[in-house]
Amino acid sequence: MANMSTKKVPMPEQDPDIRNKNFKEVALGYDEKMAIEEAERCIQCKNQPCVNGCPVHVQIPQFIKLITQGDFEGAYQKIKETNSLPAICGRVCPQESQCESLCTRGKKGEPVAIGRLERFVADWHMKNGVDEIDLPAKNGKKVAIIGSGPAGLTCAGDLAKLGYEVTVFEALHTPGGVLMYGIPEFRLPKEIVQREIDSLKRMGVKIETNMVIGKILTIDDLFDMGYEAVFIGTGAGLPKFMGIPGENLNGVYSANEFLTRINLMKAYDFPNHPTPVKVGKKVAVVGGGNVAMDAARSAKRMGAEEVYIVYRRSEEEMPARLEEIYHAKEEGIIFKLLTNPVRIIGDENGYVKGIECVKMALGEPDESGRRRPIPEKGSEHVIDVETVIIAIGQSPNPLITSTTEGLDKQKWGGIIVNEETMETSRKGVYAGGDAVTGAATVILAMGAGKKAAAAIHEYLSNK
Amino acid sequence: MNEILEKRQLNPTVKLMVINSPLMAKKAKPGQFVIVRVNENGERIPLTIADYNAEKGTITIIFQEVGMSTKALGKLNVGDRLHDFVGPLGVPVEFSPDVKRVLAIGGGVGVAPLYPKVKMLHKNGVKIDSIIGGRSSEYVILEDEMRAVSDNLYITTDDGSKGRKGFVTDVLKELLNNGNKYDEVIAIGPLIMMKMVCQITKEYNIPTMVSMNPIMIDGTGMCGGCRVSVGGEIKFACVDGPAFDGHKVDFDEAMRRQAMYKDMEKKALEEYEHQCKLGGILNG
Ligand SMILES: Cc1cc2nc3c(=O)[nH]c(=O)nc-3n(C[C@H](O)[C@H](O)[C@H](O)COP(=O)(O)OP(=O)(O)OC[C@H]3O[C@@H](n4cnc5c(N)ncnc54)[C@H](O)[C@@H]3O)c2cc1C
Ligand SMILES: Cc1cc2nc3c(=O)[nH]c(=O)nc-3n(C[C@H](O)[C@H](O)[C@H](O)COP(=O)(O)OP(=O)(O)OC[C@H]3O[C@@H](n4cnc5c(N)ncnc54)[C@H](O)[C@@H]3O)c2cc1C
Ligand code: SF4
Ligand code: SF4
Ligand code: FES
Repeated sequence: MANMSTKKVPMPEQDPDIRNKNFKEVALGYDEKMAIEEAERCIQCKNQPCVNGCPVHVQIPQFIKLITQGDFEGAYQKIKETNSLPAICGRVCPQESQCESLCTRGKKGEPVAIGRLERFVADWHMKNGVDEIDLPAKNGKKVAIIGSGPAGLTCAGDLAKLGYEVTVFEALHTPGGVLMYGIPEFRLPKEIVQREIDSLKRMGVKIETNMVIGKILTIDDLFDMGYEAVFIGTGAGLPKFMGIPGENLNGVYSANEFLTRINLMKAYDFPNHPTPVKVGKKVAVVGGGNVAMDAARSAKRMGAEEVYIVYRRSEEEMPARLEEIYHAKEEGIIFKLLTNPVRIIGDENGYVKGIECVKMALGEPDESGRRRPIPEKGSEHVIDVETVIIAIGQSPNPLITSTTEGLDKQKWGGIIVNEETMETSRKGVYAGGDAVTGAATVILAMGAGKKAAAAIHEYLSNK
Repeated sequence: MNEILEKRQLNPTVKLMVINSPLMAKKAKPGQFVIVRVNENGERIPLTIADYNAEKGTITIIFQEVGMSTKALGKLNVGDRLHDFVGPLGVPVEFSPDVKRVLAIGGGVGVAPLYPKVKMLHKNGVKIDSIIGGRSSEYVILEDEMRAVSDNLYITTDDGSKGRKGFVTDVLKELLNNGNKYDEVIAIGPLIMMKMVCQITKEYNIPTMVSMNPIMIDGTGMCGGCRVSVGGEIKFACVDGPAFDGHKVDFDEAMRRQAMYKDMEKKALEEYEHQCKLGGILNG
C-alpha cells in the first residue's frame, strides 16, 4: 500500500542552535523504519519520470521498491549499477532540480525524498554491507587521470574495473577535490569521501598526491612515460573576484581560500593545526550559490556572531540547493537580498571594517533567463563587517591548458571536448567535469568521468 | 623521495637543506619554488628553490626560522623525510638576450632566491654586479657562492661588522651615481628593501624585477590568497609570479597583507615551543 502523505518523512537533524557551533553533520539520516515509510510514498510510475531527471539515470523506482521490501543491500547494488558515489550524491545533489523535480508525487505535495533514500541505502551499506572487490585481470594498458575530484575518481574507478592500470595525479596533499577542500564536513563528512578513495585504492588505482601536472610533468611527459590515454578532471578552481575597490584588504577571502583553510587545513583546530583563519564577529559572504552557503555556515561555526549573505538577485534566483538555503536560515544566517557590494572599506591598518552596498531592482531577463538586477540610485549603505568572503564563482585553472600544445579551450577557459566521447582536440586526451563545463555539480562531473572512461576503453581497445 | 640528504646551518637563523627529489630536479628552473609540509598536520609553506641538480636528483632549500613551521622544519635531520614536497611551482624567470649587464641585490635570506637567477645569468655570459646585505656579518649568506657568479660583489651590514656599514640601497645609489649602467636590476629581500630599491631604480628608469613572498596555501592558483596588485591588476603570485615588475607592485599593500596573521602566528609558535618543552610534538 502506498503511503499517500503529501509530505516527506522528516529528516532527523541536529538542532539549528546546537549545530551552528559544531562541524558535525547536520542531517542525521533516516533509520530503517523511516526509509521504508518514505519509500512507500513512491507509486512506481510506469514511465518513471524521475529517472530522466537524474544525470546518471539511477534506476529510482527499482531501488526504492527494494527498500520497501527491506532489501537494503539489493537497493544499494541497484544504485551502484549507474552511480559509483551514492553516499555523496544522496547528500549533495540538487535533487529539487534533478530527480525529484520530475517526481509524480511532487505535483501534489512534496516529491519522494529520493536523495534521502539514496543516502540511507549508501549509509546502510557502509555499516552493514561488505565491499567485495573482485580485481579484474589487468589488461596491461596504462591510463593517467589528472585531478582527484568526482570526475577523476569516477573515471579512474570505471577504468580500473575494466583492467586498466590507472594512476591519479593530484596537485594537493589530499585527494578528493572539492569534496575534500570545499564542501564542509557538516554537509559531507570527509570520512565518506575517504572511504570511496580507499576502495579505489583497493581496486589497484594508484593515487599520487603533490603532483601539479603542467609543472612537474606535462601531458606530453605522461605519454612518454607509457600512459596511453589521459583524462583531465582538474575542476574549476580559479576564484573570481569582483573588481571593486578594497578587495585586497586584510580580511577579504575568496570562498576557496576560506573553505580550504577550514576544511583541508583544519583551521578550526588552530593551533594544533597551525594554519590560521580570521573570521571576526561580523562576516559578509557575497554570492548565492552552494559555495556562499557553505562559507556563511562555516563562518558561523567558527564563532562569527552575525553572518550576512549578500546577493544581488532575489531568493528565487539563488543557485544554491534549496536545503542549504533553508538550513542556512535556520542557523541564523541573515539574507541581504537584492543587494550588491560596490566597495570594501578598510581601517587605517588595512583591515576590513565595512562593505558598501547598493540595493538592486530586478529588470528584464538576461541571457541566463534570470531577471537582470539594476542598481537603485541613492540606495548606498554600509554594513559593518570585519570579514568579506567572495563566493561569486570559479573558472577553470589555466595550468594544464597553458602547458599542453594543441588543447583547445573556450575563451573563458573551459576545455573543449566532443560531447559524445569527452575527447579533447588532442588524440587520446579526454576531459570532463568542471574543467569542461565551468563550476557545475558533483553528479555531472561523475557522469562526465563515466562517459570518458567508456570512450577511453573503446579507443584503447581498438588501438 | 623527499629525504633530507644534507643539512647545514648558514647563520643563527638560516638553514640549508638538500632534498632528494629526482623528478623535480629535472624540471626546476630559476625563479620557481616548492611548497613544504613538515608533518601530517602541518601548514603548507612556500620556499624558493635555491639550487637544483638534475644529475644528482636534488633540490636545495634555504630557509630562515621565523615561526612555527620553519622552526619545525629546522628540527628535521639528515635521513628524515619531508611529509609533503610539491613543485616546481611558479613561473621560471626569463631574461631577454638584450640584457647584458645586471645588478643583483639580495637582502637577508632573500639572497637564497637571488642566487639561482644570478647563476643562470652568469652562465649565459651576462656581466653581473651583486650587492648582498644582512643585519650583521653572521646574517650575510651565500657569500662564496655569490662571489663565484658575480663580476663584482659588494657586501653591506646594518652594523658594519662586515663589508660596508649601511643598507644595500646605499651601494645601489653609489653605483648608479658613478655612472654604472645596467640593463636590469633584480632585487629580492624584505618587502621594504624591494620597495626602496624600486624607488631608486625608477628614477634611473632601470627595469627592476622583484620576487614577491605573500602568504600562500595551495600554490596552484586555487585560493587567491597570494594576490598582489601589479599595475593596478590582481595577480596571483603562485601562478603569475612570484617575480614581477617591481615598478608596478603595490608594496604597501603587500606589507599589510603579509602581516595579516601576526597575532595568530605568534600564538602558534608559543604553543609549539611549549609542546616542544614538554617533549610532545618534536620532529612530527
Ligand atoms: C564549496 C562548494 C560547495 C559545493 N556544493 C555542491 C553541492 O552541494 N552539490 C553539488 O552537486 N555540487 C557542489 N559543488 C560543485 C562540485 O563540487 C563540483 O562541481 C565538482 O566537485 C566538480 O568535480 P571535478 O572532478 O570536475 O573537479 P574538482 O572537484 O574541482 O577536483 C579537481 C581536482 O583536480 C586537482 N587539480 C587541479 N589542477 C591540477 C593539476 N594541474 N594537476 C593535478 N591536479 C590538479 C584539484 O586539486 C582538485 O583536487 C560545490 C562546490 C564548492 C566549491
Ligand atoms: C614564493 C615564496 C618563496 C619563499 N622563499 C623563501 C625562502 O627561500 N626562504 C625563506 O626563508 N622564506 C621564504 N619564503 C617565506 C616563507 O614561506 C615563510 O617565512 C614561512 O612560510 C613562514 O612560516 P612560519 O610558520 O615559520 O612562520 P609564521 O610565524 O607562520 O609567519 C612568519 C611570517 O612568514 C610569512 N608567512 C607565514 N605563513 C606563510 C605562508 N603560508 N606562505 C608565505 N608566507 C608565510 C608571513 O609574512 C608571516 O608574518 C617564501 C615565500 C614565498 C611566497
Ligand atoms: S544521483 Fe542525484 S540526481 Fe540521481 S537519483 Fe541520486 S540524488 Fe537524484
Ligand atoms: S516519479 Fe516519484 S513516484 Fe514516480 S517512480 Fe519516480 S520516485 Fe516514484
Ligand atoms: S597560493 Fe592559492 S592561489 Fe596562490
